[in-house]
Amino acid sequence: MWDDFVRLAVAKANYWIYIVLMCIGLWGMIVKGNLVKKIIGMNILQTAIILFYVSIASKAGATLPIITHHGPGTDSIQAVGHINPLPHVLMLTAIVVAVATLGVALALAMRIHRDYGTLEEDELLAMMREK
Amino acid sequence: MRRLGLITAVLFGGLLAYATPDFPDWGDPRSPASTHVSPYYIQNSLADTAVPNIVTAVLADYRGYDTMFETTVIFAAGLACLFLLRNFGPRAVESRLYRHRPTGITLRIEQGGDLPENSAEFERIDSQWVPYDLIIRCAGRLVLPFIQLFALYVVAHGHHSPGGGFQGGVIFGAALIFYALSHDLRSTLGHLPEARSLIVAAVGVLIYVGTGVLCLLLGGAFLDYAALAGLLGVDPVMARSHGILMVEIGVALAVTTVMVSLYYYLATAGRLDEGL
Repeated sequence: MWDDFVRLAVAKANYWIYIVLMCIGLWGMIVKGNLVKKIIGMNILQTAIILFYVSIASKAGATLPIITHHGPGTDSIQAVGHINPLPHVLMLTAIVVAVATLGVALALAMRIHRDYGTLEEDELLAMMREK
Repeated sequence: MRRLGLITAVLFGGLLAYATPDFPDWGDPRSPASTHVSPYYIQNSLADTAVPNIVTAVLADYRGYDTMFETTVIFAAGLACLFLLRNFGPRAVESRLYRHRPTGITLRIEQGGDLPENSAEFERIDSQWVPYDLIIRCAGRLVLPFIQLFALYVVAHGHHSPGGGFQGGVIFGAALIFYALSHDLRSTLGHLPEARSLIVAAVGVLIYVGTGVLCLLLGGAFLDYAALAGLLGVDPVMARSHGILMVEIGVALAVTTVMVSLYYYLATAGRLDEGL
């Protein structure tokens, strides 16, 4: 029983880490009242997803997805010898898009602060009800 | 509300944890994610595109559409920041600080005063006065060319080593932001004005789309770089490699300038007068 539990914990360590990070991010987005803290929560959630994708790309005993094309060994390219390139491709673009969305989110927050003078959600809602 | 949020997050995590034992182990070569499409990429990308870095080949060739629209998303993010934050209104306080370089004296010019002409002796400084820091400026100036050279290397060598348009573009953008931080925003704006920055971003997207359209005009499918073989004078496999480089340059231009534009707008709240 205990051995099963340890095996599960160790063999799927990457999933446990991403689940914890994802819950932290989701909790931050829902509970925190400050918009900047919500944005930080969104970023933690994105990081969790990036970690998940990159971790499922790994294969035990495989090397990085760049083929040595000089010298011997060019003919026999084995899929098990290289880690999965596809999640890396997806996350490569996702990281840059995450930065871009972060920029837009911060721009929106600055605009809200310029118009309302606050970034606290409850104060913003109160002001919007008055209008 | 706080309790409800906590319960939601914990329930969500519990659901994911409940499903996790059915997932493949970490590093399992037989996991579904590694057995469906990716073996084809690994075994054929060198023969199809002559690019040893499989990530680059998949990014710009097999999944070229995806990357094209990602680049468009980044460009749109830059435009969104422009429209949200750009403030062309007049400044409320019009007093400027100038430093006389030979003596180190700082002058405050109130509104209506004579501004010193744009000479080498006077240097405009930010209104939040900071002491002249020789070490940071010199160190920044020393390091900057190497960062930029490395960025160009990362873009150009993305076929053979980890790198490519996104990574090189981000490094180049970071170098320009570093310049703005170690000197001031005005000197960066002197090298890369706001309008030129956004135009270069648009040109980057245009290079990507234009490469695709060029393939279309030369009789191939959209973004099928093999059609460029006749134009470049190489065989179709090598033409894919060159097509990937063209596309990566477009991505690098777009990413660099959008990163810098985001910094411009966010650091100055859209006024583009005095940075951090």
